[in-house]
Amino acid sequence: MKHLLSINDISQAEAVTILNTAEELAKATDGPIKKLPTLRGRTIVNLFAEDSTRTRISFEAAAKRLSADVINFSAKGSSLSKGESLKDTAQTLQAMGADAVIIRHQACGAAARLADNRWMSGAVINAGDGTHEHPSQALLDAFTIRRHLVHGGDTLDGLHVAIVGDILHSRVARSNVLLLTKLGAQVTLVAPPTLLPVGVEDWPVSITFNFDEIIETVDVVMMLRIQLERMTEMFFPNAREYSRYFGLNADRLRRMKQNSIVMHPGPMNRGLEITADSADSARSVIVEQVTNGVNVRMAILYLLLAGTSQGEGVPA
Amino acid sequence: MNLALPAPDIARAIMRISHEILERNSGSETVTLLGIPTRGAYLAARIAANIATIEGHPVQQGTLDITLHRDDLRMRPPRALMPTVIPPLGVEDRNVVLIDDVLFSGRTIRAALDALGQIGRPRTVQLAVLVDRGHRELPIRADYVGKNLPTSLHQSIKVQFTELDGVDAVVVDDGGAE
Repeated sequence: MKHLLSINDISQAEAVTILNTAEELAKATDGPIKKLPTLRGRTIVNLFAEDSTRTRISFEAAAKRLSADVINFSAKGSSLSKGESLKDTAQTLQAMGADAVIIRHQACGAAARLADNRWMSGAVINAGDGTHEHPSQALLDAFTIRRHLVHGGDTLDGLHVAIVGDILHSRVARSNVLLLTKLGAQVTLVAPPTLLPVGVEDWPVSITFNFDEIIETVDVVMMLRIQLERMTEMFFPNAREYSRYFGLNADRLRRMKQNSIVMHPGPMNRGLEITADSADSARSVIVEQVTNGVNVRMAILYLLLAGTSQGEGVPA
Repeated sequence: MNLALPAPDIARAIMRISHEILERNSGSETVTLLGIPTRGAYLAARIAANIATIEGHPVQQGTLDITLHRDDLRMRPPRALMPTVIPPLGVEDRNVVLIDDVLFSGRTIRAALDALGQIGRPRTVQLAVLVDRGHRELPIRADYVGKNLPTSLHQSIKVQFTELDGVDAVVVDDGGAE
């Protein structure tokens, strides 16, 4: 593993290694001293062409806990906003000696392009490319599910996860479908037909338009944000109707299975896809997802950067 | 491949180390055994079993993974992390005995001291190894040694434990093809 661009690029064994490494790193940074010397002297660039709070801060915290130096770089206030191309930006970062670039970009495939073109020699980590993928989010979601619902196993065999809402625009949904099914979970997508992507019938998932039909049987309800910034057409008549059919509210929360959990990748539109009391309920692990995000991202950085890139794979 | 230490000798060495730990620390109440995975952890478990038999009650025992503190991380492919298990009383103000199978350059132990510092501040740190093969690169020595085995640098020493390898043995390999 040299880059992390898509969940498609990693095997089940590699995914399990990342989750297990995150588990050990969580323990190692749990004591009075949260910083490890492991990546001392490495430079990591956070290249964020699109807005982000938790992913950027999470990667920054992860890098700093491993003692790497972090350079933050966002579109606003950099030459990206003057129209500098991705290639020139990459070559600048290469010239500055970046060992890894964490990239968030509005264009699908931006991370892959950065990695494939020999523009730079460091590792590339995809932190969200358009509506394509967000692999580190899927890994932290799998980690959170495993911590809550799997006792003593590596994978998510037998668990049933519902992903609810704007599947069409969601890179989180795409990465999660790939990863959760790879780890043995069963995934059901719940969305209005207008918010399902073309070709979804070929995904390894089942699909329903009726949230109430599955609410009582699933182990995990993963709510997705209605991405108002990507809504260029009318996808549903109005917000109230969407909330009534596809939102998580007190009534649906009450009908959920014992021990089942509620997740949301954030940022939430409280009152639209999830009511405030559902978001703050005992079933909600939304804040924990953020904590786990730092551990999982430490694991990704450790596995990509701590060793030499010569020699393949991680001994399990 | 030469058998340097057969199973009965290994058992006797581990028993002697167990007694020495008790003698030096006046019993097991203040002692915390931390094995360095993989084989140090098995060695720690055996010493703990001996001490429990001798003293009549269990001793604090755990494992300490040192991977994150190694100084050769950059020179190898990334390593999977091994479990660190700190026993309930922690390491704060305890007499911690680090346990590893072979003492060689001393770099593993340096990393272990750093890993231990991350967790807390023990009263003392002692070191027990089954084999000391010499060639130290750092000013580190063991407090309890099963067997001193003078070696040359191109030889390799393998400690085998029943739990992992099916037999208890310490073998010296002269470097085969060379």
